[in-house]
Amino acid sequence: MTGDGIREIITITLVMVAALMSCAAGIGLFRFPDVLSRLHAATKPQILGLMCACAAVAVNTPRVATFLLMTAIIIFQGLTAPITAHMVARAAYRSNHLRRDLLIRDELADRVERIERSEESSTSPKQS
Amino acid sequence: MLLAGLVILWCLVWGQVTPLSVLTGVVLAVVISTLFYLPAIDLSGRVNPWYVLVFFVRLIVDIARASIEVAWLVIDPRYKPSSAVIAIPLDTRSDLIMMLTAEAISLVPGSIVVDVDRQESVLYVHVINVHDDQDLAEFREEVFATEKRLVMAIGSKDDVWRVRQPNHLTRSNTGGAA
Repeated sequence: MTGDGIREIITITLVMVAALMSCAAGIGLFRFPDVLSRLHAATKPQILGLMCACAAVAVNTPRVATFLLMTAIIIFQGLTAPITAHMVARAAYRSNHLRRDLLIRDELADRVERIERSEESSTSPKQS
Repeated sequence: MLLAGLVILWCLVWGQVTPLSVLTGVVLAVVISTLFYLPAIDLSGRVNPWYVLVFFVRLIVDIARASIEVAWLVIDPRYKPSSAVIAIPLDTRSDLIMMLTAEAISLVPGSIVVDVDRQESVLYVHVINVHDDQDLAEFREEVFATEKRLVMAIGSKDDVWRVRQPNHLTRSNTGGAA
């Protein structure tokens, strides 16, 4: 088999994996019960999907420029995706968009409550 | 330092290094770093290339493994949703390490950082697919292992000393009280 043929096969495999991962992310959005779990499905399998897609491009056109660009893409996705997930998760938690009955433990609840109480006590004198 | 990084990034995105791309890169970098001023990061000044490599390889392996796990969960018809929000007290006192640990465990599927207590270095993490205390304990161990790898890679001497302590685990056992 020629080098090009092998390269094609690797590319196809990587693209297939990427597609499967993105597909799983999409199904997960429907199947998971609350915002926090959905975030897992929405933000995570795609990271692997994106890595595979970028690897596929890099394998298909092996030039230094493509390789570096793909590295930059993966690094930036890797840095920004968790931040997005965190911001949404934080907002979801504070606005009660979650199914507490599905949590087997919640160690954040006390703390949020404590902080809110202290905020209330510090702001209430100003209001009155 | 930041300037050079931005210029290199600009050239990366263009995929070419020509006088024009470098020049526009420098102009943009200067504009960006004056408009969006960022406080300097406390670097420990210690980098161990071997542990950096270990960290990245392990991160990629973790991402691949956990992605497949989550993808399987999504299509598994027997999956019964059960998750938890747990507090994970880290040993490090460095903002950078804490941030990178949070990034790393958020990047690995199955866990999202919901909230952070910066003063106490506590991460509040939402974990998916946990059913009992055993699972939670295992997850905690994983996060501590991630933190340890990061500290070994770029942490300060103080932090290295701290993560190497045998009582490292007691902090997790007390649930952050220590």
